[in-house]
Amino acid sequence: MTVPTIMEHHSNHVPWHFVKDHKGAVLKYVDVKDDGTLRMEQYDDLLTNRTKIVTVTLCSNVLGTINPVQEIAKRAHEVGAICVVDAAQAAPHMPIDVQALDADFLAFSGHKMLGPTGIGVLYGKQELFEATEPLLGGGEMIREVHLGWAKWNDVPYKFEGGTPNIAGAIGLGAAVDYLTKIGMEAVRGHEIEITEYALEKLARLKGVTTYGPKDVKKRAGVVSFTIDGAHPHDIASILDVEGICVRSGHHCAQPLMERFNLPATARASFYIYNDMDDADALVAGIKKVQEVFA
Amino acid sequence: MSISYDMYQEQILDHYKHPRNKGPLAGATKNGRDSNPLCGDEVVLHVKVDGSDRIAEVKFEGQGCAISQASASMLTTMVKGMPLSDAEGLGKDAVLKKLGIPLSAVRLKCALLSLHVLKLALGQKADVPT
Repeated sequence: MTVPTIMEHHSNHVPWHFVKDHKGAVLKYVDVKDDGTLRMEQYDDLLTNRTKIVTVTLCSNVLGTINPVQEIAKRAHEVGAICVVDAAQAAPHMPIDVQALDADFLAFSGHKMLGPTGIGVLYGKQELFEATEPLLGGGEMIREVHLGWAKWNDVPYKFEGGTPNIAGAIGLGAAVDYLTKIGMEAVRGHEIEITEYALEKLARLKGVTTYGPKDVKKRAGVVSFTIDGAHPHDIASILDVEGICVRSGHHCAQPLMERFNLPATARASFYIYNDMDDADALVAGIKKVQEVFA
Repeated sequence: MSISYDMYQEQILDHYKHPRNKGPLAGATKNGRDSNPLCGDEVVLHVKVDGSDRIAEVKFEGQGCAISQASASMLTTMVKGMPLSDAEGLGKDAVLKKLGIPLSAVRLKCALLSLHVLKLALGQKADVPT
């Protein structure tokens, strides 16, 4: 049995569908509360000694919710399961201590953290990597090849078959250096400041609904919102004219959208290059949208 | 005025806020439904063809962005009373001309969803991109 949550990005749903189809795994999902946090008590019933994998996003790409992964990993380990963490949305925005989380595997991608596309990082515990078979064959991943059998190279090389994405790796390294120089605590602090400011401003706008935890300590700087009478795609088109880029749609989180009974939301994502003026511009842009659809 | 604001000219907003021919249609002889999975726009068309192969009644239902819903509303006004053969020959150029707004590739799908659904309702090969 595998236990994801309904707030996962599709990228942490679909691989488990594959596991279900290929291995017959049963999938059971942890729900969210209306405030956008996980219904932690559901782990009491869902986790049993038949649970093999517990998987969760460290940070929701829609709600911004930062999940208590340390607690979830502990619960997983209590029933002998492993905990697989999607950190694609967290890695660019906050410090991550994989040992403190006690995650068994943790993945993130380069292009979400100022790096190039086509490359990402998979962290895993040494003994689990050693017990894992390679996905791809190719250069570097073998130690010996004989007729009909081969021995794999050591971790991590056994997972890096073929000519690697050299340019991507160098680019991601540069991005990591850049963020490290700024300091992930500073990145997080900056985002908390803008998000708190933006949430407070948005809360004052009539007809605007924001989603996710209200406490900025429990969330990241993605702010999903809807405006009464205006579809998110129309919101995005009008904000675009105002020089504000937001994402509109289901954010590759359709199960979560269904949970909140929403066809789509608009989403502002604050990062190191944004400041309070951008939050003010968003508020002014939303007022424009409301004028058009008044 | 930039491209995107032109998209929300009065005619479009009027059809969005006050849709024509919206609702179910009792005795519909042809029905079509489709959605754009990327945006969640949905359009359902109900068509009643009379004895002389004319579209006597047409109604739409749906939800979604202003462009998709205004386009559906405008399409119903275009095809109501139209000989079936003319409706079958209706192409995307005619619909886009009626809309009269500049559209990006992404929003084109919103604008043409209702025509796609009309083709489905009329049992034609759906060759409109959605």
